[in-house]
Formats: sequence, structure tokens, C-alpha cells
Amino acid sequence: MAGFLQQIVVGLGAGAIYASLALALVLIYRFTGIVNFAQGELAMFSAYVAWQFMAVGVPFWLALVLALAVSFVGGMLIERVIIRPVEGAPELTVVIVTVGLFIFVNAAAGWIWSFLIKDFPNPFPSGAIEAGGLTVGFSTLGVFVVVGVVMGLLYLLFQHTKIGLGMRAVSANPDSARLVGIRVGWTLALGWGLAATVGAVSGVLVAPLLFLEPNMMGGVLIYAFAAATLGGFDSPIGAVVGGLIVGVAETLAGAYVSAVGPDLKVGVPLVIILGVLLLRPQGLFGRAVVERA
Amino acid sequence: MRLSAIGRTAVTATLVIAAAACGGRESGGGTPSTAAAGECQGQQTTGITDTSIKLGGIYPLSGPASAYGDIPKGIKAYFDYVNAEQNGIGGRKVEFVVRDDGYQPPKAVEEARRLVEQEQVFALFQTLGTPSTTATWDYATQRKVPQIFVATGASKWGLDTAHPWTIGWQPNYVSEARVYAQYLKTEKPAAKVAVLYQNDDFGKDLLGGFKNAIAGTEITIAAEQSYEVSDPSVDPQMRNLAGSKAEVFLNITTPKFGSQALAADAKNTTWNPLHIVNNVSSSITVLKPVGFENVQGVVSSAYYKDPLDPTWADDAEMKLYKQKMQQYAPGVDADVPYHTFGWAVASSFHKAMAAAKCPTREGLRDSVRDLKGVQVDMLLPGVVLDTAQGDGFPIESMQLMEFKGERWELFGEVIDTRKEFGPLTG
Amino acid sequence: MNESPVSTGESTATVSSGSAAGAVPRARAGVARWRWAVAGLLLLAAVYAPFQLVPFHVFQLTMVLVYALALLGLNLLVGHAGQISLGHGAFFAVGAYATAIPLARWDVPHLVTLPIAAGVAFLLGLALGLPAMRLRGLYLALVTLAIAIFLVPLLKRFEEVTGGSMGLTLPKPAPPAWTGLAEDQWLYFLALAVALVAFGLAAGLLRSRVGRALHAIRDNEAAAEVMGVRLSYYKTLAFAWSALFAGAAGCVYTWVIGFVSPDSFVVTLSITLLAGIVVGGLGSQAGPLFGALFVMFVPSISQDVNKAAPGVIFGLLIIAVMYVAPTGLAGLAGRAADSLKKTLRKG
Repeated sequence: MAGFLQQIVVGLGAGAIYASLALALVLIYRFTGIVNFAQGELAMFSAYVAWQFMAVGVPFWLALVLALAVSFVGGMLIERVIIRPVEGAPELTVVIVTVGLFIFVNAAAGWIWSFLIKDFPNPFPSGAIEAGGLTVGFSTLGVFVVVGVVMGLLYLLFQHTKIGLGMRAVSANPDSARLVGIRVGWTLALGWGLAATVGAVSGVLVAPLLFLEPNMMGGVLIYAFAAATLGGFDSPIGAVVGGLIVGVAETLAGAYVSAVGPDLKVGVPLVIILGVLLLRPQGLFGRAVVERA
Repeated sequence: MRLSAIGRTAVTATLVIAAAACGGRESGGGTPSTAAAGECQGQQTTGITDTSIKLGGIYPLSGPASAYGDIPKGIKAYFDYVNAEQNGIGGRKVEFVVRDDGYQPPKAVEEARRLVEQEQVFALFQTLGTPSTTATWDYATQRKVPQIFVATGASKWGLDTAHPWTIGWQPNYVSEARVYAQYLKTEKPAAKVAVLYQNDDFGKDLLGGFKNAIAGTEITIAAEQSYEVSDPSVDPQMRNLAGSKAEVFLNITTPKFGSQALAADAKNTTWNPLHIVNNVSSSITVLKPVGFENVQGVVSSAYYKDPLDPTWADDAEMKLYKQKMQQYAPGVDADVPYHTFGWAVASSFHKAMAAAKCPTREGLRDSVRDLKGVQVDMLLPGVVLDTAQGDGFPIESMQLMEFKGERWELFGEVIDTRKEFGPLTG
Repeated sequence: MNESPVSTGESTATVSSGSAAGAVPRARAGVARWRWAVAGLLLLAAVYAPFQLVPFHVFQLTMVLVYALALLGLNLLVGHAGQISLGHGAFFAVGAYATAIPLARWDVPHLVTLPIAAGVAFLLGLALGLPAMRLRGLYLALVTLAIAIFLVPLLKRFEEVTGGSMGLTLPKPAPPAWTGLAEDQWLYFLALAVALVAFGLAAGLLRSRVGRALHAIRDNEAAAEVMGVRLSYYKTLAFAWSALFAGAAGCVYTWVIGFVSPDSFVVTLSITLLAGIVVGGLGSQAGPLFGALFVMFVPSISQDVNKAAPGVIFGLLIIAVMYVAPTGLAGLAGRAADSLKKTLRKG
């Protein structure tokens, strides 16, 4: 029994990582209506930026703040410079641009910092709480807390601010939004900036656990997609709940279902994505969208 | 290089049309070659003259395995040094052309053909990875091009007899597994072993070799877990292995996952097995991010000198290496073991080429299969290159080491797996 | 070098596929004539090329045909039916393995493997298309992406059949003696023959009811449904046909490379294919060919430009093409031809 519970704890730990990236995916989807395939790579790049600041002697927390700021500005710049020219182009064009961005950012990180693993300090103490045969690392708890806080902030942003209202209008219908006086371009840039910032938080959280190297987020991305799909692509709460469910489901399937085993557990996000889309396309917490032809 | 890129772009756009319009067979490369004389007469001299030798290597410079893209930097530095200060290999300046296959077999085939047919290289000096090498060795055999010292430890390079032009270099994974088995037989003869392995040719080869080597002993495998290179983390696998309570943990991973497994083992206070990490992940660059205090007592094996190991601080070859890296590869960190690997394999090539009876492809092919106790200074003392017709494994000796303080400490004798287990057979 | 008139013609053909619909009949007839002329010239060149090029370039051209085949399928799905697939590498892989396994186990003649590979991929496409047809846009992209990722460990799992992570090494089809061709040339002609049949099939398919239904779905799904187009039926069909072409591409790939392993078909392949068809030109007949040239040659150009990080150049080039030519290289070539024609007329 303790073994089973411990597996769940391990799964939740993995799920928190997926959730952190899923939050960034949800944010950019809410703002711009696109799925950003480069989101994980941007998060990885942000982690490198934080690492670089630390490498030149900046203390951890200041480096973190600087990295978040750089990411915010960088995200806005990417929207202005790279995404803006294809704004209004078919969805697919934008998707391909994010794919190009994915390849570019990954290679650039390797070019600048090499593909060797970097030493990334863990902001949380290294010990663990042990109770009833269960071990929960402080670092896992720390990830939970941070993910919870980010989720709360996003919820507030979406539900209780004017920006949240504006961006919903923009992603729903940019032309109408423009007509009622919303600065569409500015809102989109803000979306990219904020998503990059949330991604940076994810990158910094993940780096000490997965070890920092350019392909760090590649494996996380599909799980984050599954998390966002499960929770609903427009819900921050959904992203977190979805992430945790995906993490636990994947871990349990890998450990207890011998037909799955550790090698096939990457099938779990596939099953989840497919199942959710067929049974409840809007996800657990998402709003059903009525198509307007 | 730039010119050829532009040329190729033009070809790309109008390849078919241009061919039809212009006509005329394209002349290939046109590298001057010397006619081999004497007993070497009639042998292939493509890519080699009295003053030059052209080699081609294929590595992943892009994609998920890009970390290995550092190896050719060490090779280049070595050849640049030899070209500038020793007038090349026997008066022949070495040109080393590196191509990227992104760890994709079809790309490796394309690049191998580019190197052989367009660049007219003398030999393929290293293709990296078992899939890429497997995809290209038929071609090398067909074209009779030496494919020398491939950067993969699969045992088939040495066992196979249908591909006389291809040969490995590093200790094959089976030999490495035998070294660990040998160690356990003396230290923990009834050990239960938990294994984490990468689910590909490398992981399977090493695990299979280990299973064979412990057959008939009291040592058993208590649990085994695999992971995919695309997995974000091996934490769940480590959790499952911890449940086995095995006394020994065999860590068959590539660098990032090696760090993760070491960290997971350190974090778990209820399971403290003897941790054996395979050579691929034994570099200091893998251990340091985990924290040296967390990897004390970890065991691994080595066959070449670690640039970060203070044991070699005054070693002549290591000093030369560090100095020449600075000189010929400025900005490249000499402490990265991939560069050292490159240096070691390049100097091995130097010796094999210099020993060749004929300066021909056939001469090189025969020379790399006729290495008798050849010393390479970057290898550990006691580790030598040894091959014969029917023995295609240049290095089959390794030495165990234990991590203490901030460095690996070699212990015991150099283990010659040939002696201990007999020659490797299919 | 007198290639310019020919390549201009090539471009003209391209634009016609996009803009012929609105043109006056006479212009249309002219365009059609142009098109046939160009197609004929291209074919002539394609048959002539392997006798003129060095074997290495023949091999490269063969691989271009392989990618063009795969992109032809993807074009059907993405370009004509408007459904995004980020997992076409999976069908490519299935085709490759459906070729490799019979070859390795039963030593069947190579040509027999083509219908097997195409058939298996078609059936799999049909089976996956049934649930996938209910998804659209990015959701389909996510599902197909997950499929592509999942396939690699799946292939490794069934080691007895697939050879596991070690892969399978296979004989290449040998040129019959009467042809007097070298192996590379023979492989090239095999690929060319398969590609021609496939392009013909695709063109026929698009001219049929199916093609019209697909275009209706792409342009406005809701309206198409109202007009009585059976969405699920046609979307599934598009999925299956596009899988068939990818499977055929996988088959020819196996003939040419002679080696399959799970790690040859990682998700990068799927992403590259999608990027290839979008860069090449969606919904255009020349799109798959341009895309295949891009997929084949741009990575090696990238590493010539920047040895340290070829991906930086490759990523930038993808983005750059999307700016310069949102309709793909085929569209760009069409625009260039248009302006050239105008200048010529004025002059």
C-alpha cells in the first residue's frame, strides 16, 4: 500500500512539472488562440538565461527575477518580430512558424551553451518529509507551491482584470475586438510576454530536477499538451489538475500495468488526449465553444 | 565550403532541368591521386597523395544527440596539431571533413555517400551511433572504403565477418558489462542487481552482455527498468527499482539520464545500493551537476584519461593535449571528455595509418586489423590497441574506478576481458 | 546554361493550379497547354537525369522522390482537406516496416511489398481516421503528434517481429540484367515509377467527387455539412489515402536505404514532413516536389552555412519561407512567374 501511495507521490511530482508548462500553453492559447509548439523550448532558454546570470555571480533569486524579466521582454519581442508578420495568416502558417522557432531556439541554446548538462541550483532544500513510509521531497513540495501560486495569479488575471476580458475578446474574434477599441497587437504581445514568463518559471523549476540541457523540455511537451487538453485549453485550473492526473496516470500505468511498462507509458498521453477529445472535447474545466461559421 | 553550398543550392532548384539542359556527365571531385607502386600496386588511392590524406566523419551536430558533436572538435585539434608540428602523418597533411546526420540513419547514408563520392575521402573516420553505422556499413563494404574506429560500442563491429572494412574502437558494451560482472563476482558474489537501461541498441547490448557474464554465478537481476530517450525523467523508473531493494544498481544510461538516476539514488535515503554507472555517463560533467557529495563511492570503468582527473595533471600526454587544444581549438573547453575522446581516437588513427604497409585503402584496412599492443598515450596505462584477423575489437581492456572526493580513483588492475572471459563470439 | 525558360515554365504551371479557377476559358486553355508542356519536359528530364548525374546525385534525387511521395499524401490531408497531421512520419514508418518485415522474414520479391505497405498504411489510416475525423485543427495535430511519439517505443516492444531497436537490414532490389542499369539508377526509376503512379492517382482523386468534397470541407466545414457533404466519411477517406501515400513512401525508402530502425522514425521526421509541405506549398500540385527538395537539401545547406548549429539556420529558413511565401515555395514561384509574364507582355 505504501508502495502504491509512493507511486502516486512520484506521479504527482511529475504531474506538477507537466502542469507548469501546461500553464504557459494555456496562457498563450487564451491570449492568441494558437498552440505554441516552441513554448517548451522558450522555457528551456529562459532557464539558461537564469543559469547565465548565476554563472556571472548573480545570486539565485535576483537571477530568477532577471530571467523572468528577460523572458517577458523576449516573449513580447518574439511576437512583435517573428509572429507579427504572419498574424492573420492561416492557423497552419503560425503553427509552422512556431515549429521553426522550436528548431531554432533548441539549436541556438546548444550553440551558445553547448549540449552538456549544466549545474542548476535547486532553490528548495534538498531534504524530504517522511511520514507513514512516504517520502516527499522538499523540492517536489516547492514545485507544487509555485505551480499553485502561478495558477492562482492566472486565474485572477483571466477572471478579474480588464486585460483578461480584452484578451478573451481578441482570441475569440480579433476584428470585432479591434472595432470595440481593444489594442489587438498589444494584447497579443502581452500574451506572448506573459506566456514566456510563466514558461520561464516552469523552466527554472524543472531545470534542477531534469538537469539543464537543450533537450530538457522536449520530452515534457507532449505531457503538457495532454495536461492542457485534459484540463481544457482555456483553463489554468484545468491545466494543473490535468497535469497532475496525467502524471499519476502515467506513473501508475508504467509501474503496475505490465502491458504498458516503463517503455510504453508515453502512450498514456496519447490515450488521454484521444479520450478527452472524443468524450469531452472542451476538457474537464474548459468552456464548450460554439462554432460560428 | 561556402562556394559549394551555393553551388548545391543552384543544383537543388534546377537539378533535373539543368541536367537535361546542359548534358555532359559531371566529373567527380577530381582529387589527384598517386599511383601505388610495388606490392601496393592496383590498390585504391582515392583521397590520398604523397602530401595529403582526406578523411570524413559523420556526427550528430543537430538533434537530440548533439552532445556527441563535440567529439570531432578534439579530432580536428589533434590533426591540426599534427599537420602543423609534425608535418602530418608521415608527411601527409590530414584534412578532416565533418558532416551532420542529426542521428538519422537515412541522413547518415546520404552524408556517407557525399563524403565518398563527392568529397572523395580516403576513409570514413568515425560514424557515430549504432543506427547510423549500421545504415552505412553495407555501403562502405560495397565501395571498399574503410570505415575506421566507429564511435559506437556495439559488439557487432568486431564480430561480423561480412564487413571487413568497418571496425570499432572503444571497448564494446559487452566487454564493459563483463568488467562490472567480474568486479561483482569478487566483491559481491551473491548480489541482487537492479538495472536501469536505455531502450535502444546501446542499453540492450550492455544489459545482454551483463546477463551473459553473470550466467552461472550467484549474481541475479532483481529488477530491470527501461526508459526512452524521449522520456522527460527517469524518476518513476528509479522508484520502481528502489522497490526491489537490490544491493547493486547498474546505471546504463546516457549523460542526462545518468545525472537523473544518480540524483534519484542520492535522494532516496531508504535504498543505498552499490551504484555502478556505465562509462558513457561516467564523465565528471555528468557527476558534477548531481553534487560531488552525492556520488561518493560510485563505481565505473574507464579506458582513457579523464582531463578533470588530477591523477593526470602532470601526465605528459595530458599536458600536451591541454596545451594543443588551447592552441588549435581556442574557445573549446579541453576539460570536456568528448574532446579527449576525439584526441585519443585521432592519435589511434595516426598510429594505425603510420603502420600501414601501403598508403592505400587496403593498406589501412589491413593495418587496423593488425594492431599489436599499440600504445596510445591518451589511453590508460596498460590499455593498448590489439587486433588480429578475426578480432575486430581494438580496445578490450578497462580499469575500474571509484569516485572519491572530487575525482575518480582507479583501482585494481586493468581488466583484460579477453583473458577473463575468452574472446567475444557471436 | 539555358535552363531559365524551362524553370519559368515550371513556375507557370504552379501558379495555374492556384489561379486557374477564376481565369477566362482561353487563358485556361493556354495555361493547360503550358502545364502539359512543362510536365512533359520535366518527365523527359527526370528520365534523362540518372544517365547524366553521378550516382550520389541520383541517390539524392531518389530520396527527393521518396519525400515527395510522403508529402503528396500530406498535401491531400493538409492542403486539400485542411486537416493538420503532425504524425505522418508514423505512416511512413508503418509503410517502411510493412516492407521490411516481409522482406526479412519471407524474402518476398520487392515489388510485392509495395501493395502490402500501401495497404497496411491505408487500413491503419482508416482505423485511426475514424476517431480522428471527429477532431479538427490543432486537436488533430496533437493526437497525431502523440501517435508519432508513441510509435517508436511500440516498434521496439515487439522485438521478435520488428527487430527491436537494432532494426532490420534488408537487401536492395537488384536491377534486372536486361536493363543494364546500375543499382542507383534502378532504384531511382523504381521510385520515379511509384511517384508517377501516385501523382496520377492523387490528381484523379482530387478531380473526382472526393476532391470537391474535400475542398468544400477545407473552405467551410459547417457549410459543407449543410450542403450534404458527409464530413466524417470524406475526412476519414482523406486520412486513409494520405496514409497510403506515406506508406508507399516508406516502402520505397526501405528499398533505397536498406535499413529500418525505430530511431529512424522519431517525431522529428513527422515535424519535418509537415514543415516540408507547408514550405513547399499547400494544396498546390508542385507543392510536394518543392517541399521534398526543401526537406532533402536545406539541412545540408544549413550545415554548410553553420557547422556549429545547423538547426539555427534550418529553423530560420522555415520561418523565413513563411514570411516571404505564406503560400509556400510553389506559390512564390507562381508569383514570380506571374510578374515575369507581365513584364514580358509589356516589353
